[in-house]
Amino acid sequence: MGATALFDRRGWLWFLGIGLVLVVGVPLLNALPVTSPLHIPNYLVPLFGKYSCYALLALSLDLVWGYAGILSLGHGAFFALGGYAMGMYLMRQIGARGVYANAQLPDFMVFLNWKELPWYWYGFDHFALAAAMVLLVPGLLAFIFGWFAFRSRVTGVYLSIITQALTYALLLVFFRNDTGFGGNNGLTDFKEILGFDIQSAGTRRGLYIASIVALGLGFLLCRAIVSSKLGRVLLALRDAESRVRFLGYSVAYTKLFVFTVSACIAGIAGALYVPQVGIINPSEFSPANSIEIAIWVAVGGRGTLIGAVIGAVAVNLMKTWLTGSLPELWLFALGGLFVVMTLLFPKGVIGMMAQWRARRRPPPAAVVPEPTS
Amino acid sequence: MSRIACFILVLVALIGMPRLAAADPLDDLVQKLGADDFDTKIEAVNGLAALPDGRVLHVLNELSSGALYTTSDHHVVVGEESGDGYTTSDPVDGHALGKAASDDLDKIRLNNRLRGAIDSAKGGLLLFSDQRDDRLAAAADALAHPDPSRIAALVKAAVNEKDSGVRAAMERAIAAARLTSGDKAEQLAAITALSGSSDRTVLGLLSDRRAATDLDPTVKQALDQAISSISRRLQLIGIAATIFEGLSLGSILLLAAIGLAITFGVMGVINMAHGEMIMLGAYTTYVTQQVFTAFLPPGWLDAYLVVAVPAGFIVAGGVGILLERSVIRFLYGRPLETLLATWGVSLILQQLVRTIFGSPNKAVANPSWMTGGIQLLGGGTLTWNRIVILIFCFVVLGVLAFVLRRTSFGLHMRAVTQNRDMAAAMGIPTARVDALTFGLGSGIAGMAGVALSQIGNVSPNLGTIYIVDSFLVVVFGGVGSLLGTLAGAMTLGIVNKILEPVVGAVLGKVVVLLCIILFIQKRPRGLFALKGRAVEH
Repeated sequence: MGATALFDRRGWLWFLGIGLVLVVGVPLLNALPVTSPLHIPNYLVPLFGKYSCYALLALSLDLVWGYAGILSLGHGAFFALGGYAMGMYLMRQIGARGVYANAQLPDFMVFLNWKELPWYWYGFDHFALAAAMVLLVPGLLAFIFGWFAFRSRVTGVYLSIITQALTYALLLVFFRNDTGFGGNNGLTDFKEILGFDIQSAGTRRGLYIASIVALGLGFLLCRAIVSSKLGRVLLALRDAESRVRFLGYSVAYTKLFVFTVSACIAGIAGALYVPQVGIINPSEFSPANSIEIAIWVAVGGRGTLIGAVIGAVAVNLMKTWLTGSLPELWLFALGGLFVVMTLLFPKGVIGMMAQWRARRRPPPAAVVPEPTS
Repeated sequence: MSRIACFILVLVALIGMPRLAAADPLDDLVQKLGADDFDTKIEAVNGLAALPDGRVLHVLNELSSGALYTTSDHHVVVGEESGDGYTTSDPVDGHALGKAASDDLDKIRLNNRLRGAIDSAKGGLLLFSDQRDDRLAAAADALAHPDPSRIAALVKAAVNEKDSGVRAAMERAIAAARLTSGDKAEQLAAITALSGSSDRTVLGLLSDRRAATDLDPTVKQALDQAISSISRRLQLIGIAATIFEGLSLGSILLLAAIGLAITFGVMGVINMAHGEMIMLGAYTTYVTQQVFTAFLPPGWLDAYLVVAVPAGFIVAGGVGILLERSVIRFLYGRPLETLLATWGVSLILQQLVRTIFGSPNKAVANPSWMTGGIQLLGGGTLTWNRIVILIFCFVVLGVLAFVLRRTSFGLHMRAVTQNRDMAAAMGIPTARVDALTFGLGSGIAGMAGVALSQIGNVSPNLGTIYIVDSFLVVVFGGVGSLLGTLAGAMTLGIVNKILEPVVGAVLGKVVVLLCIILFIQKRPRGLFALKGRAVEH
């Protein structure tokens, strides 16, 4: 059984069409004069950008959970590490414009009475190094972690719990002032990115477009992985790990590969997220954040890439709306989602739609085999 | 008005005269306190301190609180403001001396030298107090500030002392004073006497003495020996204290994790709402306390824990059974889904409690029999609440082991978890056993919440603090083994407390987390892994 094509012709049309609307349409409407009825207000652009970062993050979790059966409850850590790498670059770009007007040290280091830059901050004034770190740090952490975990065959719930412990440990480390990442307050007060004012509408549009493009490329990459021969092996090991091992495939290295790729994608999502929200702090490492990603994927339908994207956007739209209008209700709603989705709709929105379509049109159209835990 | 007052004062002075003529040494010294120069006053205070008289302390207290005055004819009286004048009385026997105008009284001034003299005089007097605690405190004070001039008083007190503990403290204080002042033989004797102590103050005194340059070589050697023997003993005490702290933390972890050892370890259910069961137990304690203060006489308040423990068990256990029947039973065999669904339940429970009780922390007061603690040699304290929790956690573990091994419910429980189909075929109602088992695990979590409310504040996110730790304990100890949970909790507790002083509390925790992650790589089934068929499922 060889690799199947990335998309059929209709799939490409949909993908490119939606992509074009999002990349060109939204910024164009935003650039319209404020009086125009079609104008998209400025505050919405980074919000959409934020959603697409979340969607990319959900995609990365779906790749390991939906396809390889690894429920990582520490993906927020990779996201946050990517975000911190970007945040460090943005901190260095502030230069002497900080509160203490110190070109050598970020404000919080001056405040803590540090005399010189710690070694791990060296070179972060160059975008290229920061960008490399966005990929390297989460990727390397995932590689080392996965190397130990997958080779000693830690699976299922155990793996989930130790990934949670991992992000919890990082949370504690980043909370400390003397680790050199701004402690509790994190990194914020950014001024510019690549020389552009980070607050201006134009930069925000640019960041938004970059997020959408990253989401699109991430989608294509995941699609390429899952529709390749490797993707078949992934599905197989998700459903019957021992059998795949007996057939002679290296389960550990397959998992390691996909886990590392997924962590890199999460890192990119974090790096794009930080300049758009303007802050990165240790709370991104909290286990609750990581487990929330799982519900995005579950709502959309795990084991379908588009489901992860839809789930992330839908849940976060609801979050934005509820935390704004009825903040008391948000946690009830989120908690209820967890219970209802797992009990009643284990296949998520996409699964429901597929079922509904199958009932209307008798020939089954299931492309991806249904996941079992 | 003022004239009348003057008249009265003169009258009083006249009555007072014959008393002065009697020349009681106490009276004499008290009158000397009215002198103009501080040297005389200090001399008087020192003289007073040497008098074996219970009234001296009263005089000194009046003096240090600024209530002693001299009248215009140089008599020392106690003055108390009343209206625009003063009512005066005799400082020694306290009989009233009538009123005086404020112009006629001069407050006896104090300076720091005088205050010091008063304090050490009072310390000396406390040595003869009839309260044991006073004498002990005075001896400790004399030890901390060794002063050769107090040796005489200390020796006298030590001879009269009946209580052996207080006498030992006094003898240490004498030795401390002789350390600097005595001749060589006395110094050596003092060092030998002090080397038996396990007190940090003594160590400090000896080290200070060791730092002196003009030491005799034999004294120097004796000092070195004494210092090293005391430090060795203090080190041992420190280790013992660390182990106790570790056991105490371990007992808290154990309480939080025992319930999980049932629901996760025995049933295999990942209950992320476990922390919220603990939180519900803690809030039940809070409510019980509020009910006791509102409806029962104050004397009963100390007994609220007796009600709170079963109440916490019932509330959390009830919620647990409800949770099992409504959510978890549909998800058996799908651990990852169970994890997500129970996480959702935990969010709902947290928000529910936040809506009912509000976000701020609630304080639960210890009953009076759980406050305070045991003072340790070397400065530590074992607080009663931690000791009670340590005992409580072993009681809970023992009762649980009994239920599992010796009751028919326990038998059913083990049967169902080992082979569900076979158990059902033997007529065991598996569904009901599932619900009750989950209820039992949750109920124990509720009791853990009652215990935890005794050592910290109660807040809606109390559970989230313990959930990660609890899982780590169960996984580390070995799933499905109560003994493993015990060993896991105690090991983690002690390791945490050993690391804390070395690398700091937060990093210590991180190191422990990383160690467990590595440990799971090596032994994925924990310290006490189940062997045989039970491993299969």
